[in-house]
Amino acid sequence: MNIQFSAEKMTKVKEIIARYPEGKQKSALIPLLHLAQDEFGGWLDAPVMDYVASILDILPIEVYEVATFYTMFNTKPVGKYLLEVCHTGPCMLNGSDDIIDYIKEKLGISAGETTPDGLFTLKPAECLGACGYAPMMQLGKTYREHLTKEKIDQLIIELRGASVN
Amino acid sequence: MAIKLLLENDHIEGIRYYDTYRKNGGYRAAEKALKMSPADIVEEVKKSGLRGRGGAGFPTGMKWSFLAKPEGVPRHLVCNADESEPGTFKDRYLMEFHPHLFIEGLLISSFALGSNATYVYIRGEYAWIPDILEQAIAEAKNNGWLGKNILGTGFDCEIYVHRGAGAYICGEETALIESLEGKRGNPRMKPPFPAIQGVWMRPTVVNNVETLAAVVPIINMGGDEYAKIGAGRSTGTKLLSVCGNVNKPGVYEIDMTCSVEEFIYSDEYCGGIPKGRKLKACIPGGSSVPIVPANLLFKTAKGETRYMNYESLSDGGFATGTMMGSGGFIVLDDSQCIVRHTMTLARFYNHESCGQCSPCREGTGWMYKILKNIEYGKGKMSDIDLLWDIQRRIEGNTICPLGDAAAWPVAAAIRHFRDEFEWHITHPDEAQTRNFGLAHYADPIHVPVG
Repeated sequence: MNIQFSAEKMTKVKEIIARYPEGKQKSALIPLLHLAQDEFGGWLDAPVMDYVASILDILPIEVYEVATFYTMFNTKPVGKYLLEVCHTGPCMLNGSDDIIDYIKEKLGISAGETTPDGLFTLKPAECLGACGYAPMMQLGKTYREHLTKEKIDQLIIELRGASVN
Repeated sequence: MAIKLLLENDHIEGIRYYDTYRKNGGYRAAEKALKMSPADIVEEVKKSGLRGRGGAGFPTGMKWSFLAKPEGVPRHLVCNADESEPGTFKDRYLMEFHPHLFIEGLLISSFALGSNATYVYIRGEYAWIPDILEQAIAEAKNNGWLGKNILGTGFDCEIYVHRGAGAYICGEETALIESLEGKRGNPRMKPPFPAIQGVWMRPTVVNNVETLAAVVPIINMGGDEYAKIGAGRSTGTKLLSVCGNVNKPGVYEIDMTCSVEEFIYSDEYCGGIPKGRKLKACIPGGSSVPIVPANLLFKTAKGETRYMNYESLSDGGFATGTMMGSGGFIVLDDSQCIVRHTMTLARFYNHESCGQCSPCREGTGWMYKILKNIEYGKGKMSDIDLLWDIQRRIEGNTICPLGDAAAWPVAAAIRHFRDEFEWHITHPDEAQTRNFGLAHYADPIHVPVG
């Protein structure tokens, strides 16, 4: 894979860096890692992190230590759809454990695993700030809330369909 | 009917857009504030008695007055929108549905503090909210409320939204500052405090979303009038995010004069406990504040009515009281297992510990492991005292309050529900199939005990 932001993304990169004082471009690291993860396959491979380091003129280790600290950055490949189901207190009170078990059974995978077709990764997550709308999961940029087994069935059909088209 | 200041316009369709917000009195406070002196605005906020709404409850006006103002060094206001305390989702609600109220608060506060570049550090998982905020910022800018020489005052202000990437610890203000600088979210030693050396070693004030939004009604009505709302040192209104086992979970604004009983049972708020179940326990201020059994929730140990405000909730200290915290109100009914719930919280804090201080790094993992053993029928009676000992050695022995936040839920669960832990240990098989129930800690008002 050619690791290079498109011209359009590069404009966005420059706009982000300009938000911080001169010489403090390292502040743009987390926003840039989000962009890079979205752009280069949903995870951060070492060459991708090195590329971000070169844009910000910082050492690669400064990128690695940040990428490995924050939960949202994947340092290993993940499925096309990352199902992050919250299982902290308030979601647990509303049956998140059953939802996680149901997804495991339906997709035939354990927590942290990806389906053989590369479509789904299941990841139990810690509190995502949707406690009143539990149980819930994060899927890409949005939340799916008030989950039920029926909604999981529908969601999986929907995502399988979307991946074919 | 309770007084509403932040969610006053909650019912108006389109209030998230500039035109509707402006037509309904929006940016009136900003107009007023930009004609005042920054020192007078700080004075109004001091008079209002506003306390930080993120959880610590520190007086906002006092925090503002600590800000150093060395000649030639830029200062920054940073908004803490890293809402991650389990049970808390009120800031999300404000940003998602009332972005202009939030931006107006940011603008007034930036003017008061002299911040020309203000940053909103939002948790990365709220990935759709930066778009809402950036659209609202663009609208505000097009109408002259942000940018250069705002309303001809000579004051310049830009607001930037900065996404985090999943780390509860970044809600701690010095960790947030480290993260904003593009580093791991390791809290800093204090002093120096952010007010002297914060982001990029510049004087910085970090405030919660709800705190900054509350500045709008304070300027509109004046600090003295704002201080008349509420009770005692709990002035103004507070947002509560309600979750767990209630009929109507969601975000509510209270004026801190209603009783806990009214809050849980009235239809205006939580609407009672669903499925005919009974109240067992409650964590009224986010997962890190002590859990209280129902029999200590509605009445204090002295037998007085407990109210939804800072002082009343903490009446009795940690022995019999709890805290207002962030307002993440978690309700547990009689079908819930205290050991299991505490185990999920221990796992949460273990996952979120930054690893910098050994009591927290090692202690949170150890507590989780022991709780898991007890929950799954492999516990020993001595584990309960061991847990107590571990939490006691974490509390107060770490750089930041995450250690305390991890210790308190475990301590409170053992303090009030020790018999339930013991039952798990003496009945390992039974504990897998049914819960302990209410024992002696049922709500004495709504469930006759005995």
